[in-house]
Amino acid sequence: MALFILRRLGVMVLTALCLTFIVFFLTNLGPNLEKLAKTQGNARMSDAQVESWLDRNGYGQPLVTRYGEWLGVVPGWTREDAETGEITGRCIDPGMDPAAAPRFCGLLQGDFGYSTVSDDEVAAVVGGRLALTGKLMFWAFLIMVPAALLVGVLAGMREGSRLDRSLSTFAIATTATPEYVSGVIFIVLLASSQAGLSPILAEWGWIDGGTLFLGSARSAMDNANFWNFTLPVMTIALYGMGYIARMTRASMAEVMTAQYIRTARLKGVSFRKIVLRHALRNALIAPFTVIMLQFPWLLTGVVIVETLFNYNGFGWTLVQAASNNDIELLLTCSIVAVLVVLVTQLISDIGYVFLNPRIRIS
Amino acid sequence: MDPITWTGNLGPILNPLMLAAAVVFALAFVTQLVLSFAGVQAGETVINPDRTLTVTRTPFDYALMALKYAVLLFLVCVLVYVFGGFVQPALEDKGIIGAIGQRFWPVWLSLAILFALSITFKRRLGLYGKLFDSPIGMIGFGIVMFWLFTAFFADVVATHGPIDVVSQMRNIVPGSWMPSPDEGEYPVYLLGGDSLGRDVFSRMVYGGREVLKIAPFATLFAFMVGITLGLPAGYVGGRIDTILSFLANLVLAFPVILLFYLLVTPEIVASGIPVYMAAVLFLFPIVFFVVLFNSRFHTQGGKRNILVAATIILGGWLYLSLLSDPGGFRLLPRGLDFVDMPGNILIVFVSVVFVNSPTVFRIVRGITLDVKTRDYVSAAQTRGEGPWYIMLWEILPNARGPLIVDFCLRIGYTTILLGTLGFFGLGVSPESPDWGSTINEGRRLLTVYPHPPLPPALALMSLVLGLNLLADGLREESLKD
Repeated sequence: MALFILRRLGVMVLTALCLTFIVFFLTNLGPNLEKLAKTQGNARMSDAQVESWLDRNGYGQPLVTRYGEWLGVVPGWTREDAETGEITGRCIDPGMDPAAAPRFCGLLQGDFGYSTVSDDEVAAVVGGRLALTGKLMFWAFLIMVPAALLVGVLAGMREGSRLDRSLSTFAIATTATPEYVSGVIFIVLLASSQAGLSPILAEWGWIDGGTLFLGSARSAMDNANFWNFTLPVMTIALYGMGYIARMTRASMAEVMTAQYIRTARLKGVSFRKIVLRHALRNALIAPFTVIMLQFPWLLTGVVIVETLFNYNGFGWTLVQAASNNDIELLLTCSIVAVLVVLVTQLISDIGYVFLNPRIRIS
Repeated sequence: MDPITWTGNLGPILNPLMLAAAVVFALAFVTQLVLSFAGVQAGETVINPDRTLTVTRTPFDYALMALKYAVLLFLVCVLVYVFGGFVQPALEDKGIIGAIGQRFWPVWLSLAILFALSITFKRRLGLYGKLFDSPIGMIGFGIVMFWLFTAFFADVVATHGPIDVVSQMRNIVPGSWMPSPDEGEYPVYLLGGDSLGRDVFSRMVYGGREVLKIAPFATLFAFMVGITLGLPAGYVGGRIDTILSFLANLVLAFPVILLFYLLVTPEIVASGIPVYMAAVLFLFPIVFFVVLFNSRFHTQGGKRNILVAATIILGGWLYLSLLSDPGGFRLLPRGLDFVDMPGNILIVFVSVVFVNSPTVFRIVRGITLDVKTRDYVSAAQTRGEGPWYIMLWEILPNARGPLIVDFCLRIGYTTILLGTLGFFGLGVSPESPDWGSTINEGRRLLTVYPHPPLPPALALMSLVLGLNLLADGLREESLKD
C-alpha cells in the first residue's frame, strides 16, 4: 500500500511538472511576452524597446532557465544596470538591499510570484479567492451529493419501475443542461423582475418588491445568504447531480440483483430493511469514486458559474489571469487546478481500496 | 401595432384546456403519491375458473389513468398549437407558436418521411431499426434529427438573416412587427430582437447550423485519434501503454477552461501552435485508414495498392487543403484548394478534438483490454494474423456497441464544450450566431430582457438531451442482443 501511494505520488509530481511546464511555455511565447511588455511598459513601444524591456526584466534568458527560476531550483537572475549601477533581480523586491536578497525564490521557497493585473503578491490574491470558491463548492456539494444519492438509490432499487423511469429521465435532463444554460434559465425564472415567477409572486404580495432570488452573487462574497447564494449553488449542483445519480442508480440496480439480496428477501426481510441494511452500503462504493472524480469537472462549472453570477472566486481569477496573460497568477491557478485533479484521483483510488475489500493492491 | 400573441386565435380555446390538464396532472400526481404511501396497491388481473379475466381497479389505478390522460390532453393541445399555424391565414391568428410551427414545415415533412420509412423497414435495419422499439430512443432520435434537419434547411426556416440588423428592433419583445418591412420580407420578429436588433429566432436556427457543422466532425476526429492510439495501448500494452496513458492523463488533468484559454487566445494563435496541432491531429484519420486497408488487403497487392493510394491522395489533398489558409499560410496552389476552414473555426475544432481524444483513448483502451482475451482473438493470433489486423478487424468491430453509444454522448458533450467556448467569447467570431456566443451576449441584460438568450439556451439543452436519450436508447437496445 505504501509503495502504491509512493508511486502514485511520484507520477503526480511528474504530471504536475509537465503541466506547469506546458503552461509556462504557452504563456511565455513571443507574442504573449510582447503583449506583457506593452501592457506593463508603454503601449507604443518599438520592437527594440520591447526587446530591451524583456531583457531588463529577466525575460531574455532561455525558457528552461526561467522555468527553473520559477520553480526555485535555479538561482534567480540578477542584473546590474550599466549606467546607474543599480542591481535588480528576480528575488530583489523594490527597495530591498541586493545583498540581503535570497538567492532562490520560486515555488519551492513558497514564493508564487507577483500578479501583474492585481498588482499584488499571487499568494495573497489566490488565497482569498480559493476560500470564496471553497464556500461555493462546500454548499454545492452539500446539496448535490445527498440529492444525487437519494435519486440514484430510489431509481435503482426497483429497476424499470415508473419511479425509476421518471427519475432517470430527470437525471439525464440535468446532465444535458450545462451550467450556462441552467444558470440563464434560473435567472430568468427566479431572479428577473420582468419574467418568470418573481412578478407573479410580487403581485400576489408573497414577496415585497424585488425578486425571489438575486441574479448576482457579488454580495454573497462577504455575506452569503439564502437570497443571493441559492442560484449559483443550485446551478453547480444540478449539472453534477445527474451524473452521480446515474452512477448510483447503476450500482444500486446491480446490487439489487445480487445473491445476498435474494437470500434476504427469501428470508422474509421487508423491502425497506433490505434497501437500508443490505443494499445501501454496498451500492455506495462506486458513487464514492465518481463523487471524488467530480471535483475536476466542477472546476469548469465553477469558472462558468462565477463568471455568470459575478462571484470573484478562484474560477473568476483564472479567467482574469488567462485573458490578461498574467503569467505567474495563471501558473499558480493551474497548479492549484492540477493538484485538485490529482489529489482527488489519488483519494478516490485509495478510498476505493478501503471501501471494497475485494480489491487488493499487489 | 401590438405584438402578436403567443397563442393567437386558438389561445382562448386551448389555454383553459391546457391549464385544466396541468391541474388534473398535479392533483393526480399528489393523489397517487399519497395512495402509494398509504399502502394502496394497483389492481390485479385475476384469472377466473371459467377462463375469463377480471381486472380489479383501485383508486390508485384511477389516479394513474387521470395522470395519463392529462399528459395526453396536454400533448394534443401542444400539437394543435404547433400545427394550427398551417390552417390560419393571418399572422395575428396563428400566434407566435403557430407561426414558428409553420416556419419549420420542411423539418416536419422530413421527420415524417424519415420516421415512416424507418418504422416500416425497422426489421431490416439492424441496430438502427431496433432503436424504434424503444420509446426513449425514438424521442431522442427525433430531437436530434429535428435539429439536423433544421440545420440543413436553415435558409428556409429562418425568417431573417443571422446578422441582419434593424436598429428599431433592439431588445424588442417576441412577436413584434417590423417598422417598415421590405417587399417579401417576414414582417415579424417571432422571438424578439437582441441588443443589436437582430432576429433571435433566425439566429437560433442558424446557430444550430454552426454547432452541427463542428460538433459531429470534431467528435469523429477525436474518435479517430482515440482509436488509433487506444487500440495499440490496450493490445500491445507495455511501454507504449505506459507512455500513451501518461500523456492522456496529462491532458485530462488540465482544466478544460484553462486549456481553451491557452490555445485560443489571439497571441497563441499568432504563434501558430494551433495550426501545428491541427497538422498532427488531422494526420490520424489518414494513418487510420491506411493501416486499416493495408492490414486487411496486404496479401492482395493490387487491391491494397489502389485503396492505400486512394486514401493517401484523397486524404492528403483534404489535409493540405484544410491546413492551407487562404490568407497567409499556403501549402497548395490556389486552384487546388477547395476545402477551406476559416482560421478561427480550425482553432476551435482543434482544441475540441484535443480535449476529447484522451477520454476516447481511455474508453478504447479499456474495451481492448477486455476484448483481447476472447477466443476469436486467440484464433486470429494462431492463424498468424498481424497485430494491426487483429486490432482493426477483429477487436474494433466487436467493440462497436459501446463506442457508438459513447459517440452519441460525446457529440452532446462536444456541443456543451462549443457552447462553453462561445460563452467565454473564445475562438468564434463575435458575429457568429452559435448558441454559446448568443447566450453570452444575452446574459448581460438578462434580468431586464430575458428573451434573447433563452431560445439558444433551450435549443442547446434540447439537442444535448436528445443525444443523451438516443445514447440511452441505443445502449438499452444493444444490450438486448
